[in-house]
Amino acid sequence: MSHDAHHAEGTPHGSLRDYVIGFSLSVVLTAIPFWLVMERPLSAGLTGVLIMGFAVAQILVHMVYFLHMNGRSEGGWTMIALVFTLIVVAITMTGSLWVMYHLNTNMMPMPHALGGVP
Amino acid sequence: MMTNAMATQASPVRFYDTEEHDHPEGGSTMLGFWIYLMSDCLIFAILFACFAVLGGNYAAGPSPADLFELPLVALNTAMLLFSSITYGFAMLSMQAGRPGATRAWLAVTAVFGLAFLSIELYEFAHLIHIGATPQRSAFLSAFFTLVGTHGLHVTFGLIWIVTLIVQVGRRGLIPANQRRLMCLSLFWHFLDVIWIGVFTFVYLMGVLR
Repeated sequence: MSHDAHHAEGTPHGSLRDYVIGFSLSVVLTAIPFWLVMERPLSAGLTGVLIMGFAVAQILVHMVYFLHMNGRSEGGWTMIALVFTLIVVAITMTGSLWVMYHLNTNMMPMPHALGGVP
Repeated sequence: MMTNAMATQASPVRFYDTEEHDHPEGGSTMLGFWIYLMSDCLIFAILFACFAVLGGNYAAGPSPADLFELPLVALNTAMLLFSSITYGFAMLSMQAGRPGATRAWLAVTAVFGLAFLSIELYEFAHLIHIGATPQRSAFLSAFFTLVGTHGLHVTFGLIWIVTLIVQVGRRGLIPANQRRLMCLSLFWHFLDVIWIGVFTFVYLMGVLR
């Protein structure tokens, strides 16, 4: 690969259309979870799953339309860095929750479980 | 040994370029800044993990449902979302080569960012006033650390925006300033991405649980 071609693959630019689409989708994907939690038309469990889903969708919308992520910018290195980060984030989150959940079940009963004040 | 030397002599002479070849100035800045953002992402991941672990430990204190006012959070979210698209407009003005419009949109972005920060500080002041301080429970410690770190990032983003308004005013849209604007664009949109996690995970899930 020649050097000029390498640098020409730099940061991709967004268009007005990209920003408007991204903004509109974000408004919808923000309004629905707030409405779900404030009005509670569904059960708590289902609402929880749904708002997590909406958050993931909105993060993807931001990545594509605002951060202009794609597999080609900087010769694919931004995408590799992102994927690596997501793996580490996933390990951190699931690992922490997993370990600490089991820690809590193995601990002595807490004061509130005994009906007393600390 | 002998055969090795013979082989070396027989192979064609090679030249290696040991000098660093010419890189255009700032050619690697965007990738470097992206990697910084990814490391920032890890900071937030750890704070989110802390909140996930500690968020249920109220120490007989107030719970998220007692404290959080969702209309205020919705307003805050709207402010940050508006600032994201106005920053997008600033970038489009930059691509069109219009320094005046770029500065104007940056100023609008800064106003929305300031509104976000003011609402957040109002919320923090209100919480502390009613006794829901970071010392009250593990939940509140984790909450103030996570949301406060995000707020601190927004504060530095605001300082950066003001700096670039001045820079573009004095030097125009030179390549260096364009590069800075693109870095700040990544930073600002990244903060909005983190805020999606905050309002979903901290506020909405908190009120729900």
